[in-house]
Parts: sequence; structure tokens; C-alpha cells
Amino acid sequence: MMALLIRDLRLAVRAGGGFGLGLAFFLIVTVLVPFAVGPQSDLLARIAPGVLWLGALLSCLLSLDRLLALDWEDGSLDLLATAPLPLEAVISIKALAHWITTGLPLVLAAPLLGVLLNLPLDGYRWLVVSLLLGTPALSVIGTFGAALTVGLKRGGLLLSLLVMPLYVPTLIFGAEAARRGAMGMGVETPLLMLAGISAGVIALMPFASAAVLRINLR
Amino acid sequence: MSLNVSDLCIARGGLPVLEGVSFILRPGGALILRGPNGIGKTTLLRSIAGLQPPLGGEVRGGEDRIAYSAHSDGLKSALTVTENLQFWASVFGTRSIEAALAAYDLTALHDRPAGTLSAGQKRRLGLSRMLVTGRPIWVMDEPTVSLDQASVALFAAAVQAHLASGGLALIATHIDLGLAADVLDLGPYRAKPLALDDFDGAFL
Amino acid sequence: MSIWEYANPRKFLQSSERVMPVLWLSSGVLISVGLIWGFFFTPDDYRQGSTVKIIFLHVPAALMAINAWFMMLVASLIWVVRRHHVSALAAKAAAPVGIVMTLIALATGAIWGQPMWGTWWAWDPRLTSFLVLFLFYLGYIALWEAIDNPDTAADLTAILCLVGTVFAVLSRYAVNFWNQGLHQGASLSLDEKENVADAFSNPLYVCMAGFALFFLALVFYRTGTEIRARRIKALLARQRQEA
Repeated sequence: MMALLIRDLRLAVRAGGGFGLGLAFFLIVTVLVPFAVGPQSDLLARIAPGVLWLGALLSCLLSLDRLLALDWEDGSLDLLATAPLPLEAVISIKALAHWITTGLPLVLAAPLLGVLLNLPLDGYRWLVVSLLLGTPALSVIGTFGAALTVGLKRGGLLLSLLVMPLYVPTLIFGAEAARRGAMGMGVETPLLMLAGISAGVIALMPFASAAVLRINLR
Repeated sequence: MSLNVSDLCIARGGLPVLEGVSFILRPGGALILRGPNGIGKTTLLRSIAGLQPPLGGEVRGGEDRIAYSAHSDGLKSALTVTENLQFWASVFGTRSIEAALAAYDLTALHDRPAGTLSAGQKRRLGLSRMLVTGRPIWVMDEPTVSLDQASVALFAAAVQAHLASGGLALIATHIDLGLAADVLDLGPYRAKPLALDDFDGAFL
Repeated sequence: MSIWEYANPRKFLQSSERVMPVLWLSSGVLISVGLIWGFFFTPDDYRQGSTVKIIFLHVPAALMAINAWFMMLVASLIWVVRRHHVSALAAKAAAPVGIVMTLIALATGAIWGQPMWGTWWAWDPRLTSFLVLFLFYLGYIALWEAIDNPDTAADLTAILCLVGTVFAVLSRYAVNFWNQGLHQGASLSLDEKENVADAFSNPLYVCMAGFALFFLALVFYRTGTEIRARRIKALLARQRQEA
């Protein structure tokens, strides 16, 4: 299992691996927001937590279609499915690799981008905490979407259509926690709900993803 | 332990293509599958490897003992030859890849990225993966595609050594590998179309 | 005689063709009676005036929007467990009906909301939940359309339906937490105090029964179409194989 994780991380940082693309996208989306809504700093401060959460979600979404499609094209998935690893473990490792290469950098970059959007000082801590709790759920749910659409040509758009409704609860609780944190309100409830969603999704979703992948490999 | 395939019926795209396929493969034995394009060789091999549930019949003695090799080799062009092979070795819990590299004459290429290899070299790397799986049953789909004569000889020697150590091999190929293997022609097993008025459960 | 006999496509077609005229007729009668009764023979509400009467379209449509998804869930489960093709095709057939019901509920809600709340749209929990439900329907239908092999499509959409149900329920709670909302309480519930007045509830029940039968008729009709389309596809594939 470590071997698979190391391979995926190595592939992500090698040439053509696409590491950093999501991060660059996150940066650009955040920079475009003031152009769209105007430069008033109080308005930006108010919407900053939500914008950063949405930006992180979209960057995550962007990299999903490469998650399994590359392994599908070169036949690795067939070979992995006949290997001693259970497919549930393969899927979980892939989601973990996706989180390390996409989710974690987003979490680390979010405070820097918060400066651009005048995020109030109280907000940074809760923004990072909420993203840290929420991005694993985004990766795991996204892996399910990637497994659903893996056999399809031009599945990218369909993938977004399928995954985005599934992201709704995570986004609501995550952005709510960040927003309340920035406004100096209590964040326990949304944070606990967010943590609950992440834990539940990490525990159960790989079974659905593996089932879907098995069907697609037939 | 032998591989028992009995009365296997398989479908491609919802249509039955082969039915009643039965054979027994004993340790040290090899079986060559022949048949025209589209008869279902690949589908049969995928069913035996457990990637696809058969419509009927069963495969016994295959669980966790089959190493499957498909048309594509599952190579990552950004990784080197060693990294590619080492990955599969760790997945299958094998330590050393030296023997596998040597068997397919890849030692000199070991630190080249797989993306820079020629088609034949890639195929050799893909075939060397079978050696690091440590599994007794090799199920191979057209393994000699894009191999030159010398490489085919390397492959035949690898299969020969595998059989000599008690392994089994099931190979779909049109090339004569010079192995003492049985040949199974799939032609007679082509599935007959079902009666037209059969309209329950499934649609065909 | 077991209920699973109707899972045979031919048996299903024969029986549904016998039942459908009854369904079309009774649903037509019930919806006409309910709407005429509701629109012309009920008093105006003392606060909402005559705008309240859109309830006779809004509530049944909303009810069927949710029930259609529930039916798809049950049909998907039957397909996953028992592998009856008719069940998978019934789930496929119900989805477009469900999405149209969702749209009707959203549209009538907007038309009702404009004079009441002074806005066509508010991010109220119920409205938002229906919008999310609409997105789920959209994804489900798109996945059916995208996949060539009908069995693969049935398997994948069934799992999407199961997973989607969990997330739809989660979204419902999340949305409730996120905004408390303008929407009035449930129109009908077991708790008598919350109910709309009796004068409204009787024609509403008639409308709901009519919509339910109408939904059933549409699903039977569309399932029949899907079965025939599947049959044609199978025959064509077989022709290719023989050639």
C-alpha cells in the first residue's frame, strides 16, 4: 500500500504530473473575485471565507478527472484489480494521494490568499481548521465521482455534474465554520458536523467507489 | 494445484460470445488459445482473471494465484524502468527485481524513464512484471505483440522456466512459441444465438 | 403467484397495458375534480387571498418529486439485489418524471412566493433543498445517458442513487442549519394544529391522489417504452452478431 502511495506522489511531482495546477487555479480564482465584486475591503472581508472555500472546492474538482483516468488508460487499473490489494484499499490510497497533492497545498495556501481578501484576523485559524477537516471529504467524495466516470470519454464535465451536489453538505458546514470563525462567533457545531461528514465519508465511501470501479472494469 | 475451467459462458457487451468452455490446466502445463478476432479471447481471459463475472460456469483454483497481463502494460512513462517494476514487486510482496530485469535483458535500461523506451522494450518491461508477481498462473493476452524475434525467444524461455518450476500458463497468441503446450481452438465454442421468443429476465 | 412474476418484461408489458387506461382516466378525473374544487369552491385565505390556491399544484408536485426519488431508490435496490431488468428500467423511467415534478414545485413555489414574500426566490431551506434535489436528478439522468452498456448504466446509476439519497438527506439537514427560512410549516402533518384548514385539505387530498396516479401512469408508460427500446437494442446487437 505504501508502494502505491509513493508511486502516486512521485507521479504527481514528475513532469506532466499536474502538481501545482490546482494551486495555481485556486490563486487565479481568488484574484478574479475582487475584479468581479469590486474592491471594497469590507465586502471582501465578509465574503472571504466563502470565496476561499468555494475556490478550494473548485480546485479540488479540477484535478479529479486525472485521478483514475490515467491509470485506466495505461491499463494499471486492470492490473491493480488483479493484485493482492483489495480495491477498497487502492481507492483509499488514491484518495489520500489526491489529498496530499491537492487538498493539503490548498489548506496551506488559503491563509495567504485570505490576506488578499482582507480576511479578518480571527478568521485565519478557523479557515485553516475547517479546510483541514473538510478537504479530505472533498477528495474521497471526488474519488467516487472519478470511479463512476472512469470509463467515459469526455467524462470531465459529467464528473463535475455528479460530484457537485455531493459536495453540498461539506461546503455548507465548512464555509459556515470559516464564516462564523471570521465573525467571532462559536464554530463548534459546524466544525463537529464537518468532522462527522469527513469521518463518515472516509469510512464508507471507499466501498461505494470500489463497487463502482469493479463495475466499470468489467 | 490445477486451474479448472468448467462450462464457462461469457458475454461481451451483454451478448454471449463463448459458451461451454472447459479445460483443466495442471502445474507445469501451458495452454495456447487460438481463434479469429472477435471470438472473445480477451473477454475469456478477463473472466478467468476475475475481472469480469461469467454468465455461467465456474473457474476453480484461480483465486489470488493468477497474474494477468493485458494488451496494455500499465507502465508509467514518467517513472524509470526500475521504479515501474519495483512498484509491482512491492504490490505483490516480492523483494528483488534483478532476476526479472535480467530475464528480459532490461538491466542496461534500468534507469531510463519508461516513456523513452521503444514499443518492444516497453512490452518486455510489461512482461517482466509477471516474474515479480510470484504467482503460479500466468494469464496472458497476446504477449508477443511488438516483440522482435530475439525478444520472443526471451519470452519463450521465461515461460519455459516458469513451467519447469511448476507454474501454469494460459496464453492467447498466434505465434508458435516452441513450447510443449496444448492448443485450444475457441471456434467450436462460439455461442449460439438464443431463440428469438426468449423474452424473460434478460433481453437476449 | 409471486409479485416477482411482473419482473418479466413481457408479463409487465401485458399487465401494465391493462392497468394504464384505468390509471390515465382516474388520475385525469381526480386532478380535474381536485383542481376545480380547489380553485372555485374554496374560500380565499384571510391573509393570502386567492394566491393560496396554487397550493393545489404546488404541494402534490412537491410530494411526487420526493416520492419519485424514493421510488427510484427502491427500484435501484431491487435491481442491485435481484437483478430484474424491469426494475432498473423503471428507475430510469421515473427520473424524468421526478425532475419535471421538481421543476413544477419550484416554479409554482416562486409564483406563490412573489406576492407572499415579495420575492421570486429566497434561499429558504425548503426551496434550497428542492434545488439540490433537482441537481441530483440532473446528475442521475446524465449518467444514464452517458453510458452505452445498459447493464453497466443500470449498476452505476443504482449506486449513484443510493449514495445520492444519503447525501440528499445530509444536504437537507445542512441546509436547515444554514438558514432558518421563510417557508410556512408543513401543509399537512399528523400534528393537527399545523394543518391547513379543512376547507383546503379535502381538495388537496384529491389532487395528491390524482398526481400519484398520474405519476404511476407516466412511469408505467415510460417503463414500457424503455423495455421496447432495450429490446430493439438487443435485437440490433444480435443482428450484428449473426452477420
